[in-house]
Amino acid sequence: MKTLTVSVVTPDGPVLEDGFDMVSCKAENGELGILPGHIPMVAPLTISSVRLKHDDNIKNLAVSGGFLEVRPDNVTILAQTAEKPVDIDVERAEKAKQRAERRLQSKQDDVDFQRAASALKRAMNRLDIAR
Amino acid sequence: MKCLASLRDIQKRIDSTSKTKQITKAMEMVSASKMSKAEENAKSFVPYSEKIQEVVANIANNNMDVVHPMLEKRDVKKSGYFVITSDRGLAGAYNSGVLKKIYEAIHTKHQSTDEYTIIVVGRVGYEFFRKRGMPVSKSMLGMADQPDFNDIKELASETVQMFADEEIDELTMYYNHYKSAISQVVTSKQILPLTDLADMAGSTGTGNSQYEYEPDQEQILKVLLPQYAESLIYGALLDGKASEHAARMTAMRNATDNANELIDDLTLSYNRARQAAITQEINEIIGGVAALE
Repeated sequence: MKTLTVSVVTPDGPVLEDGFDMVSCKAENGELGILPGHIPMVAPLTISSVRLKHDDNIKNLAVSGGFLEVRPDNVTILAQTAEKPVDIDVERAEKAKQRAERRLQSKQDDVDFQRAASALKRAMNRLDIAR
Repeated sequence: MKCLASLRDIQKRIDSTSKTKQITKAMEMVSASKMSKAEENAKSFVPYSEKIQEVVANIANNNMDVVHPMLEKRDVKKSGYFVITSDRGLAGAYNSGVLKKIYEAIHTKHQSTDEYTIIVVGRVGYEFFRKRGMPVSKSMLGMADQPDFNDIKELASETVQMFADEEIDELTMYYNHYKSAISQVVTSKQILPLTDLADMAGSTGTGNSQYEYEPDQEQILKVLLPQYAESLIYGALLDGKASEHAARMTAMRNATDNANELIDDLTLSYNRARQAAITQEINEIIGGVAALE
């Protein structure tokens, strides 16, 4: 069976490069599932998890601020952060979540509000994947 | 040549110089190891920057009529300068080179302080501009020796946001480019607007891969371009950090060499003085014996 070469790259260096059967992720306008032989495509990703399937193993990655570049036999995920579940610092994410929630409750101007909202999203995404 | 009474003084100077030498030697070795780490960091950033550049260039190349505020050149009412310096000194010409260049550039280009604003990384730069009454709108002090993307992300996105909000109409970056361990070059680079995309697309020459865009190109550019600009800033920071450690290493090596030279000179004068003292003592004894006869 054909496989996709998936490489996940962040500014701090490559996170992962391996062959997989299928990539599923959440793009800005909905879920995407990519199988080998997909047409070339570029799509921005939301703060979410990327699932990489190989046989019956599924790997999860927490990504934020990224996008996906697809070619027929390889997929590149460029993200500002991408973490495997084992690398996630649960305690820190928990704290970030509480901090963001506190900030959201105290009314502030738009910019801070948006920032807190996306911080909250990132923290919850991390926690979801770590569990 | 010092007189005899200075034997102890010379010894003291030799001691203090060799203590200084120990310190500079240690700093040199610390900087050398930090430099190789920083070089590695810069290297691990390359795949990301190449890829993002390729995709951005591809979009720009396949569709020349895309519009995005970050690609548009507009009348410059206010310029932004992003300057990367270090927090600590003792790095030779690392800071002074970059500060001199930007200082000159600003003074030839601008008449009043309303026409520009500065975003600065590093305490040395921050104090330089503050002392001269130049406007610093954002600053970041205490940058880690091996910064990761998280450390600079906020400053980078705020800076890019300033451009998006039309607070500034162009952004130029000043930093030391790391060429090799012994050579760093002060570099200025225009970040925003991203006018060099078209040239870039021509040079990468990957126009044959046509992409499908999901949802559409404009949406993608909206996400991609700020990320691209941020990645340029991060790249420059890594470059600057590697240069800083390299510059400090070179400066400390020179200091160690100088200390060695000084110690050699002092040891020579010490031995001379000691010899002179012995000769004089012998002379006195002989003189005394001669007086007794």
